[in-house]
Amino acid sequence: MSVLVWIEQNQNGVVPNSFEVLGKAREIAAALGTQTVAAVLGDNASAAESVRPYGPDVVLAITGPVLANYRLSAYTAALRKAVEAVGATVVLTAATVRGREVAAMLASQLDAGYAPDAIDLRVENGRLVAVRSVYSNNILADVTFNSPVQVVSVRPRSFPMPEPGAPGGEVRTLDPGLSENDVKEKVLEVKSTDTGEISLTDASIIVSGGRGVAQDPAKGFALVAELASVLGAAVGASRAAVDAGYIPYKHQVGQTGKTVKPDLYIAAGISGAIQHLAGMGGSKVIVAINKDPEAPIFEKANYGIVGDLFQVLPALTAEFKKRLGK
Amino acid sequence: MKVVVLVKQTPDTAELPKVSAEDVRSGKIKATMVINPWDEFAVEEAILLGDRYDVESVAISMGSPDAVDALKHALAMGVGGAALIDSSALSGGDLWTTAAALAAAVKAQGADLVLTGKQSVDDNSGAVYAGVAAQLGWPMVSAVTKIVDISNGQITVERMVEGAQETISVPLPAVISVGKEINEPRYPSFMGIRKASKAVIPSTPAAELGIASGSGKTQWTNIRKPEERKTKCVIIEGATVEEKAAKLVDALLAEKVI
Repeated sequence: MSVLVWIEQNQNGVVPNSFEVLGKAREIAAALGTQTVAAVLGDNASAAESVRPYGPDVVLAITGPVLANYRLSAYTAALRKAVEAVGATVVLTAATVRGREVAAMLASQLDAGYAPDAIDLRVENGRLVAVRSVYSNNILADVTFNSPVQVVSVRPRSFPMPEPGAPGGEVRTLDPGLSENDVKEKVLEVKSTDTGEISLTDASIIVSGGRGVAQDPAKGFALVAELASVLGAAVGASRAAVDAGYIPYKHQVGQTGKTVKPDLYIAAGISGAIQHLAGMGGSKVIVAINKDPEAPIFEKANYGIVGDLFQVLPALTAEFKKRLGK
Repeated sequence: MKVVVLVKQTPDTAELPKVSAEDVRSGKIKATMVINPWDEFAVEEAILLGDRYDVESVAISMGSPDAVDALKHALAMGVGGAALIDSSALSGGDLWTTAAALAAAVKAQGADLVLTGKQSVDDNSGAVYAGVAAQLGWPMVSAVTKIVDISNGQITVERMVEGAQETISVPLPAVISVGKEINEPRYPSFMGIRKASKAVIPSTPAAELGIASGSGKTQWTNIRKPEERKTKCVIIEGATVEEKAAKLVDALLAEKVI
């Protein structure tokens, strides 16, 4: 038996959400009386050392030239090997695009129960229970499993980032036993879209803009970005702002955009349509800046300033600069 | 080339907050039902592929007999045909039960390509199409933002993952889920709506596809509404915008969220 965690890597190294999952996996493994195995896939085992400080009992390095680039079928096949090799009964991934598809494919191939994008995990009577947030964060459900293997992908920022400690755990290697002929996908190009900005799903602070920027959208989002930059925050947007073409879709927060869970969410010029609230209602502290004192966003906010974002945002940026010594 | 679009009928996004725990437990959702918004992008893409290639398109949905409305929307937009898998006699299933039924229907259609939205706005799983691909043994690419080319039995697509855009080529038949960036779904035309309203959509009970009740590997229990966010908004007052900003910063520093 073991709890297996896929440690996802991208062009910047290990995806930090994988460590959040690994931290929780250790708790789950302890409750199940079993060990934690972190699976690192690639053409070499170099990432294994960066995982050891996060305390898995075993780092399983599955290496081979076919695993050089992420490819769904190759990574699923390698993880199936890992499940067999370590007798995994629980398999966890971060619910990123890749983490979700690889978990779904693996679970389906193993005919195993799958809970996608779970927000919490616990062990009850010796069995895993996953909590899912469904109906676009309007319903919660506990997911129980009746299959020998249980697969869960975990929504980013559901669990705290564990503190790294002294490197522990043994590094084992596993041959995936795959040749290029076994893999159907060809990756023709991987283009980084990383512009150094903080991603919405990882951010502890988000500053978002909405339709309130309409009189001068470019300037409005520049002001949003300036405040975000001082706070080390990600830039978000309402659907209205995205649909109006003020800012690209990848910034959209809400039902048809991203679900976010920052410590602080500053909504500037966002009225607070329910589709938007569904995506950011889990934020710890919400600040609303809006000209309209009747805007629904104020009902969900902890703090509000009734005013024009074109005046309030620069004042906030200046004040934070002063206080944070920037 | 035969393209099957998998669509689901879901609550209108504006009505999702109205959905009660009892609605979900009983499966009788009291909300205005529409085609899953993500699936509209897949329907649109199937129609657009028809402008580029020789395409025959069919929309398939699994659900109650009411789900024909979602299929009629797809027909009104312009897909060539539609078929329903009636799941009303089915209970105790899960993602993979639905996937098995859809896989059987896709196979029966002789599809070369399956298109669908990257997730539904109700279950939010984004997993059923992976199950379809797994059961058929076909390659799958999720979150596709552009179909670059289909030729020589290969489909080449672009897709977005966190921090990167990938260009991937897979052999057909294949399963593709699409993201919002791929196109702008059209509104059905008046003629399309008229044609769709007259269409007779064939319905097959899930049992006829070899799908049995009680085959699910997961169950949902303790279905509940999330706790309401109980906040009382403190409106920051001040003579000048600078004063308001200073007071807000004080409050946020005290909250220890900076």
